[in-house]
Amino acid sequence: MKRPIHSLLGFGLVGALLVVVLLGLVWLPYDPLAIDLDHTLASPSLAHWLGTDEFGRDVASRAMLGARISMLIAIQTVVISIVLGTALGLVVGFLRGWTERVIMTFSDALLAFPGILLALALVAVMGSSRHSIVIALAIAYLPATVRVVRGSVISIREREYVEASRVAGDSALYTMWRIVLPNALPPILVLATSLFGWVILSESALSFLGVGVPPPLPTWGNMLSSARPYMYAASWLSIAPGLCIVATLLGINMLGDALRDRLDPRDN
Amino acid sequence: MISYVIRRLLLAVPTLIIVALMVFFLVRLIPGDPAQIMLGEGADPSAVAALHAELGLDKPVYVQFATWLRHVVSGDLGTSITTGEPVSTLLITRAETTGVVVLISVGLATLIAIAAGTVAAWRRGGKLDLAVMSGASLILAVPSFWLGLLLLLVFGVWLHWLPVVGYIPFSEDPWSAMLFLILPIATLTISESGVLIRMMRSSAIDVLRLDYVTHARAKGLAERTVLSRHVFPNAFAPTLTLVGLTLGRLFGGIAVIETVFTLPGLGRLMVTGVLSRDYPVVQGCLLFTAVIYVVVNLVVDLLYPLFDPRVTVE
Repeated sequence: MKRPIHSLLGFGLVGALLVVVLLGLVWLPYDPLAIDLDHTLASPSLAHWLGTDEFGRDVASRAMLGARISMLIAIQTVVISIVLGTALGLVVGFLRGWTERVIMTFSDALLAFPGILLALALVAVMGSSRHSIVIALAIAYLPATVRVVRGSVISIREREYVEASRVAGDSALYTMWRIVLPNALPPILVLATSLFGWVILSESALSFLGVGVPPPLPTWGNMLSSARPYMYAASWLSIAPGLCIVATLLGINMLGDALRDRLDPRDN
Repeated sequence: MISYVIRRLLLAVPTLIIVALMVFFLVRLIPGDPAQIMLGEGADPSAVAALHAELGLDKPVYVQFATWLRHVVSGDLGTSITTGEPVSTLLITRAETTGVVVLISVGLATLIAIAAGTVAAWRRGGKLDLAVMSGASLILAVPSFWLGLLLLLVFGVWLHWLPVVGYIPFSEDPWSAMLFLILPIATLTISESGVLIRMMRSSAIDVLRLDYVTHARAKGLAERTVLSRHVFPNAFAPTLTLVGLTLGRLFGGIAVIETVFTLPGLGRLMVTGVLSRDYPVVQGCLLFTAVIYVVVNLVVDLLYPLFDPRVTVE
Protein backbone atom coordinates (compact mmCIF):
# COMPACT_ATOMS: atom_id res chain seq x y z
CA MET A 1 0.00 0.00 0.00
CA LYS A 2 1.18 3.50 -0.75
CA ARG A 3 1.40 4.64 2.83
CA PRO A 4 2.96 8.12 2.35
CA ILE A 5 -0.01 9.18 0.21
CA HIS A 6 -2.35 7.85 2.88
CA SER A 7 -0.78 9.78 5.70
CA LEU A 8 -0.53 12.90 3.56
CA LEU A 9 -4.25 12.64 2.78
CA GLY A 10 -4.96 12.01 6.45
CA PHE A 11 -2.99 15.10 7.49
CA GLY A 12 -4.71 17.09 4.74
CA LEU A 13 -8.24 16.14 5.81
CA VAL A 14 -7.63 16.61 9.54
CA GLY A 15 -5.78 19.87 8.82
CA ALA A 16 -8.69 21.15 6.74
CA LEU A 17 -11.06 20.27 9.57
CA LEU A 18 -8.92 22.16 12.08
CA VAL A 19 -8.83 25.19 9.77
CA VAL A 20 -12.64 25.12 9.51
CA VAL A 21 -13.00 24.83 13.29
CA LEU A 22 -10.51 27.67 13.97
CA LEU A 23 -12.01 29.86 11.24
CA GLY A 24 -15.44 29.25 12.78
CA LEU A 25 -14.20 30.78 16.04
CA VAL A 26 -13.67 34.17 14.38
CA TRP A 27 -15.95 34.10 11.35
CA LEU A 28 -19.09 32.25 10.21
CA PRO A 29 -20.96 33.13 6.99
CA TYR A 30 -24.23 33.56 8.94
CA ASP A 31 -25.45 33.26 12.50
CA PRO A 32 -25.95 29.45 12.71
CA LEU A 33 -28.97 29.86 15.01
CA ALA A 34 -30.68 32.76 13.20
CA ILE A 35 -34.11 31.73 11.94
CA ASP A 36 -35.14 33.23 8.57
CA LEU A 37 -38.63 32.06 7.66
CA ASP A 38 -38.54 33.82 4.27
CA HIS A 39 -35.75 31.57 3.04
CA THR A 40 -36.55 28.07 4.32
CA LEU A 41 -35.26 24.98 2.49
CA ALA A 42 -33.39 27.07 -0.09
CA SER A 43 -31.18 24.99 -2.39
CA PRO A 44 -27.43 25.65 -2.43
CA SER A 45 -26.58 29.01 -4.01
CA LEU A 46 -23.90 31.70 -3.91
CA ALA A 47 -25.55 33.31 -0.91
CA HIS A 48 -25.97 29.98 0.94
CA TRP A 49 -23.29 27.53 -0.31
CA LEU A 50 -24.97 24.53 1.25
CA GLY A 51 -28.51 25.86 1.21
CA THR A 52 -30.77 26.53 4.20
CA ASP A 53 -32.71 24.21 6.49
CA GLU A 54 -36.37 24.06 7.48
CA PHE A 55 -35.98 27.19 9.65
CA GLY A 56 -34.01 29.11 6.99
CA ARG A 57 -30.77 28.66 8.93
CA ASP A 58 -27.58 28.59 6.86
CA VAL A 59 -26.40 24.97 6.56
CA ALA A 60 -22.73 25.86 5.96
CA SER A 61 -22.58 27.96 9.15
CA ARG A 62 -24.32 25.23 11.11
CA ALA A 63 -21.93 22.59 9.78
CA MET A 64 -18.97 24.78 10.83
CA LEU A 65 -20.34 25.27 14.36
CA GLY A 66 -21.23 21.56 14.43
CA ALA A 67 -17.60 20.72 13.67
CA ARG A 68 -16.46 22.71 16.71
CA ILE A 69 -19.02 21.07 19.02
CA SER A 70 -18.18 17.56 17.79
CA MET A 71 -14.44 18.20 18.16
CA LEU A 72 -14.84 19.47 21.72
CA ILE A 73 -16.97 16.49 22.73
CA ALA A 74 -14.53 14.07 21.10
CA ILE A 75 -11.46 15.64 22.73
CA GLN A 76 -13.05 15.64 26.20
CA THR A 77 -14.28 12.08 25.85
CA VAL A 78 -10.97 10.74 24.56
CA VAL A 79 -8.99 12.47 27.33
CA ILE A 80 -11.25 11.13 30.11
CA SER A 81 -11.41 7.63 28.65
CA ILE A 82 -7.67 7.40 27.96
CA VAL A 83 -6.59 8.80 31.35
CA LEU A 84 -8.93 6.54 33.35
CA GLY A 85 -8.34 3.57 31.08
CA THR A 86 -4.57 3.95 31.22
CA ALA A 87 -4.58 4.25 35.00
CA LEU A 88 -6.75 1.16 35.41
CA GLY A 89 -5.00 -0.85 32.69
CA LEU A 90 -1.60 0.00 34.14
CA VAL A 91 -2.49 -1.05 37.68
CA VAL A 92 -4.35 -4.17 36.54
CA GLY A 93 -1.70 -5.31 34.06
CA PHE A 94 1.18 -4.63 36.42
CA LEU A 95 -0.18 -5.98 39.67
CA ARG A 96 -2.21 -8.83 38.14
CA GLY A 97 -3.66 -11.23 40.72
CA TRP A 98 -7.08 -10.64 42.26
CA THR A 99 -7.12 -6.88 41.48
CA GLU A 100 -6.93 -7.82 37.82
CA ARG A 101 -9.58 -10.49 38.10
CA VAL A 102 -12.08 -8.19 39.83
CA ILE A 103 -11.56 -5.16 37.58
CA MET A 104 -11.50 -7.23 34.38
CA THR A 105 -14.73 -9.02 35.29
CA PHE A 106 -16.40 -5.63 35.67
CA SER A 107 -14.81 -4.36 32.50
CA ASP A 108 -15.91 -7.44 30.54
CA ALA A 109 -19.44 -7.11 31.87
CA LEU A 110 -19.48 -3.48 30.71
CA LEU A 111 -18.25 -4.68 27.32
CA ALA A 112 -21.33 -6.88 27.03
CA PHE A 113 -23.58 -3.86 26.55
CA PRO A 114 -23.59 -2.55 22.99
CA GLY A 115 -21.72 0.79 23.31
CA ILE A 116 -24.46 2.89 21.83
CA LEU A 117 -27.14 1.36 24.09
CA LEU A 118 -25.01 1.84 27.19
CA ALA A 119 -24.45 5.48 26.24
CA LEU A 120 -28.20 5.83 25.57
CA ALA A 121 -29.07 4.40 28.98
CA LEU A 122 -26.56 6.62 30.78
CA VAL A 123 -27.84 9.70 28.96
CA ALA A 124 -31.37 8.63 29.95
CA VAL A 125 -30.33 8.56 33.60
CA MET A 126 -28.26 11.77 33.53
CA GLY A 127 -30.48 13.79 31.17
CA SER A 128 -29.56 15.04 27.72
CA SER A 129 -26.70 17.56 27.79
CA ARG A 130 -23.20 17.93 26.39
CA HIS A 131 -21.66 16.87 29.69
CA SER A 132 -23.72 13.72 30.00
CA ILE A 133 -22.80 12.73 26.42
CA VAL A 134 -19.11 13.11 27.26
CA ILE A 135 -19.47 11.07 30.46
CA ALA A 136 -21.66 8.41 28.81
CA LEU A 137 -19.30 7.91 25.86
CA ALA A 138 -16.22 7.94 28.10
CA ILE A 139 -17.74 5.15 30.21
CA ALA A 140 -18.88 3.23 27.11
CA TYR A 141 -15.35 3.22 25.67
CA LEU A 142 -13.54 2.67 28.98
CA PRO A 143 -13.50 -1.17 28.86
CA ALA A 144 -11.85 -1.18 25.41
CA THR A 145 -9.15 1.21 26.65
CA VAL A 146 -8.50 -0.82 29.79
CA ARG A 147 -8.17 -3.95 27.66
CA VAL A 148 -5.65 -2.47 25.23
CA VAL A 149 -3.49 -0.86 27.92
CA ARG A 150 -3.55 -3.99 30.07
CA GLY A 151 -2.50 -6.10 27.10
CA SER A 152 0.59 -4.05 26.37
CA VAL A 153 1.47 -3.63 30.06
CA ILE A 154 1.38 -7.41 30.54
CA SER A 155 3.91 -7.90 27.77
CA ILE A 156 6.12 -5.04 29.00
CA ARG A 157 6.25 -6.16 32.63
CA GLU A 158 8.14 -9.31 31.60
CA ARG A 159 10.99 -7.33 29.96
CA GLU A 160 14.44 -7.17 31.53
CA TYR A 161 14.40 -3.44 32.22
CA VAL A 162 11.27 -3.80 34.32
CA GLU A 163 12.87 -6.69 36.20
CA ALA A 164 15.95 -4.47 36.68
CA SER A 165 13.85 -1.70 38.16
CA ARG A 166 12.24 -4.19 40.53
CA VAL A 167 15.58 -5.67 41.57
CA ALA A 168 16.94 -2.15 42.13
CA GLY A 169 14.27 -1.77 44.80
CA ASP A 170 12.09 0.81 43.06
CA SER A 171 8.57 1.08 44.40
CA ALA A 172 5.81 -0.49 42.31
CA LEU A 173 4.36 2.98 41.73
CA TYR A 174 7.68 4.30 40.43
CA THR A 175 8.20 1.33 38.13
CA MET A 176 4.68 1.64 36.74
CA TRP A 177 4.89 5.39 36.20
CA ARG A 178 8.47 5.83 35.03
CA ILE A 179 9.36 2.51 33.40
CA VAL A 180 6.21 0.74 32.20
CA LEU A 181 4.02 3.69 31.16
CA PRO A 182 6.51 5.38 28.77
CA ASN A 183 7.00 2.05 26.98
CA ALA A 184 3.27 1.44 26.76
CA LEU A 185 2.59 4.86 25.23
CA PRO A 186 2.77 4.01 21.49
CA PRO A 187 -0.23 1.64 21.45
CA ILE A 188 -2.12 4.05 23.71
CA LEU A 189 -1.47 6.84 21.21
CA VAL A 190 -2.75 4.70 18.34
CA LEU A 191 -5.81 3.79 20.41
CA ALA A 192 -6.49 7.45 21.22
CA THR A 193 -6.57 8.23 17.50
CA SER A 194 -9.03 5.42 16.74
CA LEU A 195 -11.07 6.38 19.79
CA PHE A 196 -11.35 9.92 18.45
CA GLY A 197 -12.95 8.57 15.27
CA TRP A 198 -15.28 6.22 17.18
CA VAL A 199 -16.44 9.03 19.46
CA ILE A 200 -17.19 11.33 16.50
CA LEU A 201 -19.23 8.50 15.00
CA SER A 202 -21.06 7.62 18.24
CA GLU A 203 -21.79 11.23 19.08
CA SER A 204 -23.30 11.77 15.65
CA ALA A 205 -25.32 8.56 16.07
CA LEU A 206 -26.62 9.67 19.50
CA SER A 207 -27.50 13.11 18.12
CA PHE A 208 -29.16 11.43 15.13
CA LEU A 209 -31.29 9.38 17.56
CA GLY A 210 -32.33 12.56 19.31
CA VAL A 211 -30.53 11.98 22.61
CA GLY A 212 -27.30 13.81 21.78
CA VAL A 213 -26.56 17.50 21.86
CA PRO A 214 -29.95 19.19 22.36
CA PRO A 215 -31.15 21.58 19.60
CA PRO A 216 -30.94 24.37 18.54
CA LEU A 217 -27.16 23.81 18.79
CA PRO A 218 -26.11 22.00 15.62
CA THR A 219 -24.06 18.84 15.34
CA TRP A 220 -23.63 16.83 12.16
CA GLY A 221 -25.74 14.07 13.68
CA ASN A 222 -28.73 16.18 14.68
CA MET A 223 -28.56 18.03 11.33
CA LEU A 224 -28.97 14.66 9.59
CA SER A 225 -31.74 13.71 11.97
CA SER A 226 -33.77 16.86 11.21
CA ALA A 227 -33.07 16.42 7.47
CA ARG A 228 -34.84 13.03 7.43
CA PRO A 229 -38.42 14.42 6.93
CA TYR A 230 -37.27 16.73 4.08
CA MET A 231 -35.73 14.06 1.87
CA TYR A 232 -38.11 14.84 -0.98
CA ALA A 233 -38.07 18.63 -0.73
CA ALA A 234 -34.45 19.24 0.23
CA SER A 235 -32.14 16.27 -0.35
CA TRP A 236 -29.00 18.43 0.06
CA LEU A 237 -29.77 18.67 3.78
CA SER A 238 -29.02 14.95 4.07
CA ILE A 239 -25.81 15.11 2.07
CA ALA A 240 -23.60 17.90 3.44
CA PRO A 241 -23.41 16.86 7.15
CA GLY A 242 -22.80 13.24 6.12
CA LEU A 243 -19.91 14.23 3.88
CA CYS A 244 -18.42 16.21 6.80
CA ILE A 245 -18.50 13.08 8.99
CA VAL A 246 -17.02 10.89 6.24
CA ALA A 247 -14.17 13.34 5.51
CA THR A 248 -13.35 13.63 9.22
CA LEU A 249 -13.37 9.88 9.82
CA LEU A 250 -11.34 9.16 6.68
CA GLY A 251 -8.72 11.69 7.80
CA ILE A 252 -8.55 10.34 11.34
CA ASN A 253 -8.44 6.69 10.24
CA MET A 254 -5.65 7.37 7.76
CA LEU A 255 -3.68 9.28 10.38
CA GLY A 256 -4.26 6.38 12.76
CA ASP A 257 -3.01 3.83 10.21
CA ALA A 258 0.07 5.96 9.49
CA LEU A 259 0.75 6.29 13.21
CA ARG A 260 0.40 2.53 13.70
CA ASP A 261 2.84 1.85 10.86
CA ARG A 262 5.39 4.16 12.46
CA LEU A 263 4.97 2.95 16.01
CA ASP A 264 4.29 -0.75 15.56
CA PRO A 265 7.50 -2.51 14.59
CA ARG A 266 5.74 -5.85 14.00
CA ASP A 267 4.26 -4.72 10.70
CA ASN A 268 7.53 -3.64 9.08
CA MET B 1 -13.97 -31.35 25.73
CA ILE B 2 -16.83 -31.54 28.24
CA SER B 3 -14.73 -29.98 30.98
CA TYR B 4 -13.81 -27.16 28.58
CA VAL B 5 -17.47 -26.53 27.85
CA ILE B 6 -18.35 -26.54 31.55
CA ARG B 7 -15.48 -24.23 32.43
CA ARG B 8 -16.40 -21.80 29.66
CA LEU B 9 -20.04 -21.87 30.83
CA LEU B 10 -19.01 -21.18 34.42
CA LEU B 11 -16.89 -18.24 33.25
CA ALA B 12 -19.99 -16.57 31.84
CA VAL B 13 -21.76 -16.67 35.23
CA PRO B 14 -19.89 -13.82 37.00
CA THR B 15 -20.21 -11.67 33.88
CA LEU B 16 -23.96 -12.23 33.80
CA ILE B 17 -24.29 -11.46 37.51
CA ILE B 18 -22.40 -8.19 37.13
CA VAL B 19 -24.43 -7.32 34.04
CA ALA B 20 -27.58 -7.84 36.12
CA LEU B 21 -26.15 -5.72 38.97
CA MET B 22 -25.35 -2.88 36.57
CA VAL B 23 -28.81 -2.93 35.02
CA PHE B 24 -30.40 -3.05 38.48
CA PHE B 25 -28.40 -0.13 39.84
CA LEU B 26 -28.70 2.00 36.72
CA VAL B 27 -32.32 2.79 37.52
CA ARG B 28 -31.48 3.24 41.20
CA LEU B 29 -29.15 6.08 40.17
CA ILE B 30 -32.17 8.17 39.24
CA PRO B 31 -33.19 10.30 42.22
CA GLY B 32 -36.63 9.46 43.63
CA ASP B 33 -38.69 6.44 44.63
CA PRO B 34 -37.86 3.54 42.26
CA ALA B 35 -41.49 2.36 42.38
CA GLN B 36 -42.64 5.81 41.26
CA ILE B 37 -39.97 5.85 38.53
CA MET B 38 -40.97 2.40 37.30
CA LEU B 39 -44.65 3.33 37.07
CA GLY B 40 -44.21 6.83 35.66
CA GLU B 41 -45.08 10.22 37.09
CA GLY B 42 -48.84 10.07 36.63
CA ALA B 43 -49.21 6.69 38.35
CA ASP B 44 -51.92 5.88 40.87
CA PRO B 45 -50.49 6.27 44.42
CA SER B 46 -51.96 2.94 45.56
CA ALA B 47 -50.30 1.17 42.61
CA VAL B 48 -47.01 2.84 43.55
CA ALA B 49 -47.44 1.67 47.15
CA ALA B 50 -48.22 -1.87 45.95
CA LEU B 51 -45.13 -1.99 43.72
CA HIS B 52 -43.10 -0.44 46.53
CA ALA B 53 -44.05 -3.38 48.73
CA GLU B 54 -43.59 -5.92 45.91
CA LEU B 55 -40.07 -4.71 45.13
CA GLY B 56 -39.29 -4.84 48.84
CA LEU B 57 -38.02 -1.26 48.83
CA ASP B 58 -38.05 -1.08 52.63
CA LYS B 59 -35.69 -4.02 52.84
CA PRO B 60 -31.90 -3.88 52.41
CA VAL B 61 -30.54 -3.38 48.88
CA TYR B 62 -29.25 -6.93 48.52
CA VAL B 63 -32.70 -8.32 49.29
CA GLN B 64 -34.14 -5.94 46.70
CA PHE B 65 -31.62 -7.16 44.15
CA ALA B 66 -32.44 -10.79 44.93
CA THR B 67 -36.16 -10.09 44.54
CA TRP B 68 -35.57 -8.32 41.23
CA LEU B 69 -33.29 -11.08 39.97
CA ARG B 70 -35.88 -13.73 40.88
CA HIS B 71 -38.46 -11.83 38.80
CA VAL B 72 -36.03 -11.47 35.89
CA VAL B 73 -35.07 -15.13 35.87
CA SER B 74 -38.73 -16.13 35.82
CA GLY B 75 -39.19 -13.87 32.79
CA ASP B 76 -40.91 -10.97 34.55
CA LEU B 77 -39.22 -7.74 33.45
CA GLY B 78 -42.03 -5.44 34.55
CA THR B 79 -44.54 -3.55 32.39
CA SER B 80 -43.95 -0.70 30.01
CA ILE B 81 -45.03 2.67 31.42
CA THR B 82 -46.17 3.97 28.04
CA THR B 83 -47.95 0.94 26.55
CA GLY B 84 -48.81 -1.12 29.62
CA GLU B 85 -47.55 -4.28 27.89
CA PRO B 86 -45.19 -6.68 29.66
CA VAL B 87 -41.60 -5.77 28.75
CA SER B 88 -40.76 -9.40 27.98
CA THR B 89 -43.51 -9.58 25.31
CA LEU B 90 -42.26 -6.33 23.77
CA LEU B 91 -38.71 -7.64 23.67
CA ILE B 92 -39.67 -10.90 21.98
CA THR B 93 -41.81 -9.24 19.27
CA ARG B 94 -39.14 -6.63 18.56
CA ALA B 95 -36.29 -9.11 18.56
CA GLU B 96 -37.71 -10.80 15.46
CA THR B 97 -37.20 -7.79 13.18
CA THR B 98 -33.75 -7.05 14.51
CA GLY B 99 -32.79 -10.70 14.38
CA VAL B 100 -33.77 -11.14 10.72
CA VAL B 101 -31.89 -8.01 9.64
CA VAL B 102 -28.79 -8.72 11.71
CA LEU B 103 -28.46 -12.41 10.84
CA ILE B 104 -28.89 -11.93 7.09
CA SER B 105 -26.60 -8.88 6.99
CA VAL B 106 -23.81 -10.40 9.04
CA GLY B 107 -24.02 -13.60 6.98
CA LEU B 108 -23.71 -11.67 3.72
CA ALA B 109 -20.98 -9.41 5.11
CA THR B 110 -19.00 -12.49 6.20
CA LEU B 111 -19.24 -14.02 2.71
CA ILE B 112 -18.12 -10.74 1.12
CA ALA B 113 -15.27 -10.45 3.60
CA ILE B 114 -14.05 -13.99 2.96
CA ALA B 115 -14.01 -13.47 -0.82
CA ALA B 116 -12.66 -9.92 -0.90
CA GLY B 117 -10.21 -10.36 1.98
CA THR B 118 -8.69 -13.58 0.61
CA VAL B 119 -8.35 -12.21 -2.93
CA ALA B 120 -6.81 -8.96 -1.65
CA ALA B 121 -4.29 -10.92 0.41
CA TRP B 122 -3.53 -13.16 -2.58
CA ARG B 123 -2.89 -10.12 -4.80
CA ARG B 124 -1.19 -8.19 -1.99
CA GLY B 125 0.20 -4.84 -3.17
CA GLY B 126 -1.54 -5.11 -6.53
CA LYS B 127 -4.34 -3.04 -8.01
CA LEU B 128 -7.05 -5.41 -6.78
CA ASP B 129 -5.68 -5.20 -3.23
CA LEU B 130 -5.57 -1.42 -3.43
CA ALA B 131 -9.17 -1.33 -4.67
CA VAL B 132 -10.44 -3.68 -1.93
CA MET B 133 -8.54 -1.89 0.83
CA SER B 134 -9.62 1.56 -0.36
CA GLY B 135 -13.20 0.34 -0.42
CA ALA B 136 -12.89 -1.08 3.10
CA SER B 137 -11.31 2.14 4.41
CA LEU B 138 -14.08 4.20 2.86
CA ILE B 139 -16.74 1.93 4.40
CA LEU B 140 -15.13 2.39 7.83
CA ALA B 141 -15.51 6.15 7.48
CA VAL B 142 -19.16 6.16 6.42
CA PRO B 143 -21.67 6.22 9.31
CA SER B 144 -24.23 3.46 8.75
CA PHE B 145 -27.15 5.77 9.26
CA TRP B 146 -25.89 8.16 6.58
CA LEU B 147 -25.32 5.30 4.16
CA GLY B 148 -28.91 4.25 4.90
CA LEU B 149 -30.19 7.77 4.23
CA LEU B 150 -28.29 7.87 0.91
CA LEU B 151 -29.64 4.49 -0.22
CA LEU B 152 -33.13 5.62 0.79
CA LEU B 153 -32.62 8.81 -1.18
CA VAL B 154 -31.45 7.00 -4.31
CA PHE B 155 -33.67 3.91 -4.37
CA GLY B 156 -36.72 5.28 -2.57
CA VAL B 157 -36.98 8.98 -3.34
CA TRP B 158 -35.29 9.29 -6.75
CA LEU B 159 -35.81 5.92 -8.41
CA HIS B 160 -39.03 4.90 -6.58
CA TRP B 161 -37.90 1.27 -6.63
CA LEU B 162 -38.41 0.59 -2.92
CA PRO B 163 -40.72 1.89 -0.20
CA VAL B 164 -39.40 4.74 1.95
CA VAL B 165 -41.39 4.04 5.14
CA GLY B 166 -43.43 1.18 6.50
CA TYR B 167 -42.97 -2.36 7.65
CA ILE B 168 -44.66 -5.76 7.45
CA PRO B 169 -43.67 -8.34 10.10
CA PHE B 170 -41.49 -11.07 8.68
CA SER B 171 -43.60 -13.82 10.26
CA GLU B 172 -46.76 -12.54 8.52
CA ASP B 173 -45.51 -12.32 4.95
CA PRO B 174 -41.81 -12.93 4.40
CA TRP B 175 -41.84 -11.77 0.76
CA SER B 176 -43.52 -8.43 1.33
CA ALA B 177 -41.41 -7.99 4.45
CA MET B 178 -38.25 -8.39 2.39
CA LEU B 179 -39.29 -5.40 0.24
CA PHE B 180 -38.98 -3.24 3.35
CA LEU B 181 -35.91 -5.04 4.58
CA ILE B 182 -33.75 -4.91 1.42
CA LEU B 183 -32.35 -1.44 2.13
CA PRO B 184 -31.69 -1.95 5.85
CA ILE B 185 -29.99 -5.25 5.07
CA ALA B 186 -27.95 -3.71 2.24
CA THR B 187 -26.90 -0.85 4.52
CA LEU B 188 -25.86 -3.08 7.38
CA THR B 189 -24.10 -5.56 5.08
CA ILE B 190 -21.97 -2.81 3.53
CA SER B 191 -21.25 -1.11 6.87
CA GLU B 192 -20.16 -4.28 8.61
CA SER B 193 -18.12 -5.71 5.73
CA GLY B 194 -15.40 -3.03 6.05
CA VAL B 195 -13.83 -4.22 9.28
CA LEU B 196 -14.40 -7.92 8.44
CA ILE B 197 -12.59 -7.55 5.07
CA ARG B 198 -9.59 -5.99 6.80
CA MET B 199 -9.47 -8.77 9.38
CA MET B 200 -9.79 -11.53 6.77
CA ARG B 201 -7.11 -9.96 4.57
CA SER B 202 -4.57 -9.61 7.37
CA SER B 203 -5.01 -13.18 8.61
CA ALA B 204 -4.91 -14.53 5.04
CA ILE B 205 -1.64 -12.65 4.50
CA ASP B 206 -0.20 -14.32 7.60
CA VAL B 207 -1.23 -17.75 6.34
CA LEU B 208 0.01 -17.18 2.76
CA ARG B 209 3.53 -16.72 4.16
CA LEU B 210 3.57 -20.18 5.73
CA ASP B 211 5.49 -23.15 4.43
CA TYR B 212 2.53 -25.43 3.85
CA VAL B 213 1.10 -22.92 1.36
CA THR B 214 4.41 -22.91 -0.56
CA HIS B 215 4.34 -26.69 -0.34
CA ALA B 216 0.77 -26.85 -1.69
CA ARG B 217 1.80 -24.63 -4.58
CA ALA B 218 4.93 -26.69 -5.22
CA LYS B 219 2.73 -29.78 -5.46
CA GLY B 220 1.19 -28.07 -8.48
CA LEU B 221 -2.23 -27.39 -6.97
CA ALA B 222 -4.31 -24.75 -8.72
CA GLU B 223 -4.27 -21.36 -6.94
CA ARG B 224 -8.02 -21.74 -6.43
CA THR B 225 -7.52 -24.95 -4.50
CA VAL B 226 -4.63 -23.49 -2.52
CA LEU B 227 -6.80 -20.58 -1.45
CA SER B 228 -9.95 -22.55 -0.67
CA ARG B 229 -8.37 -25.65 0.88
CA HIS B 230 -5.26 -24.32 2.60
CA VAL B 231 -5.53 -20.58 3.13
CA PHE B 232 -9.19 -20.06 3.98
CA PRO B 233 -9.64 -22.75 6.67
CA ASN B 234 -6.53 -21.61 8.50
CA ALA B 235 -7.22 -17.91 8.20
CA PHE B 236 -10.91 -17.86 9.09
CA ALA B 237 -10.75 -18.26 12.89
CA PRO B 238 -9.96 -14.61 13.81
CA THR B 239 -12.69 -13.41 11.46
CA LEU B 240 -15.12 -15.83 13.09
CA THR B 241 -14.39 -14.31 16.50
CA LEU B 242 -15.02 -10.87 15.05
CA VAL B 243 -18.27 -12.11 13.48
CA GLY B 244 -19.37 -13.27 16.93
CA LEU B 245 -18.54 -9.92 18.52
CA THR B 246 -20.32 -8.14 15.66
CA LEU B 247 -23.47 -10.27 16.02
CA GLY B 248 -23.62 -9.63 19.75
CA ARG B 249 -23.05 -5.91 19.33
CA LEU B 250 -25.53 -5.45 16.48
CA PHE B 251 -28.42 -7.10 18.26
CA GLY B 252 -28.82 -3.94 20.27
CA GLY B 253 -26.72 -1.60 18.25
CA ILE B 254 -28.67 -1.14 15.05
CA ALA B 255 -30.86 1.49 16.69
CA VAL B 256 -29.68 4.06 14.15
CA ILE B 257 -30.51 1.88 11.15
CA GLU B 258 -33.91 1.01 12.61
CA THR B 259 -34.50 4.74 13.04
CA VAL B 260 -33.53 5.57 9.45
CA PHE B 261 -35.83 2.87 8.04
CA THR B 262 -38.53 3.16 10.75
CA LEU B 263 -38.23 -0.53 11.61
CA PRO B 264 -39.79 -1.70 14.91
CA GLY B 265 -36.68 -3.43 16.27
CA LEU B 266 -34.97 -3.74 19.64
CA GLY B 267 -32.81 -0.65 19.20
CA ARG B 268 -35.81 1.47 18.29
CA LEU B 269 -37.63 0.12 21.37
CA MET B 270 -34.71 1.23 23.54
CA VAL B 271 -34.55 4.69 21.93
CA THR B 272 -38.26 5.35 22.37
CA GLY B 273 -37.93 3.99 25.91
CA VAL B 274 -35.16 6.49 26.64
CA LEU B 275 -37.01 9.40 25.04
CA SER B 276 -40.23 8.68 26.98
CA ARG B 277 -38.41 7.81 30.23
CA ASP B 278 -39.93 4.33 30.13
CA TYR B 279 -37.36 2.80 32.51
CA PRO B 280 -38.69 -0.78 32.66
CA VAL B 281 -38.27 -0.92 28.86
CA VAL B 282 -34.77 0.60 29.06
CA GLN B 283 -33.77 -1.92 31.72
CA GLY B 284 -35.26 -4.81 29.76
CA CYS B 285 -33.50 -3.85 26.51
CA LEU B 286 -30.14 -3.45 28.22
CA LEU B 287 -30.39 -6.75 30.02
CA PHE B 288 -31.66 -8.62 26.96
CA THR B 289 -28.95 -7.34 24.59
CA ALA B 290 -26.17 -7.92 27.12
CA VAL B 291 -27.32 -11.50 27.70
CA ILE B 292 -27.45 -12.10 23.94
CA TYR B 293 -23.91 -10.72 23.64
CA VAL B 294 -22.62 -13.06 26.33
CA VAL B 295 -24.43 -16.06 24.84
CA VAL B 296 -23.29 -15.39 21.25
CA ASN B 297 -19.69 -15.08 22.35
CA LEU B 298 -20.02 -18.23 24.38
CA VAL B 299 -21.27 -20.09 21.31
CA VAL B 300 -18.44 -18.71 19.17
CA ASP B 301 -15.87 -19.74 21.77
CA LEU B 302 -17.34 -23.23 21.83
CA LEU B 303 -17.33 -23.40 18.02
CA TYR B 304 -13.74 -22.18 17.79
CA PRO B 305 -12.08 -25.62 18.09
CA LEU B 306 -14.27 -26.85 15.21
CA PHE B 307 -13.00 -24.15 12.87
CA ASP B 308 -9.41 -24.07 13.98
CA PRO B 309 -8.13 -27.55 14.83
CA ARG B 310 -4.90 -26.02 16.17
CA VAL B 311 -6.84 -24.67 19.14
CA THR B 312 -6.51 -27.54 21.52
CA VAL B 313 -9.14 -28.13 24.08
CA GLU B 314 -7.57 -28.74 27.43
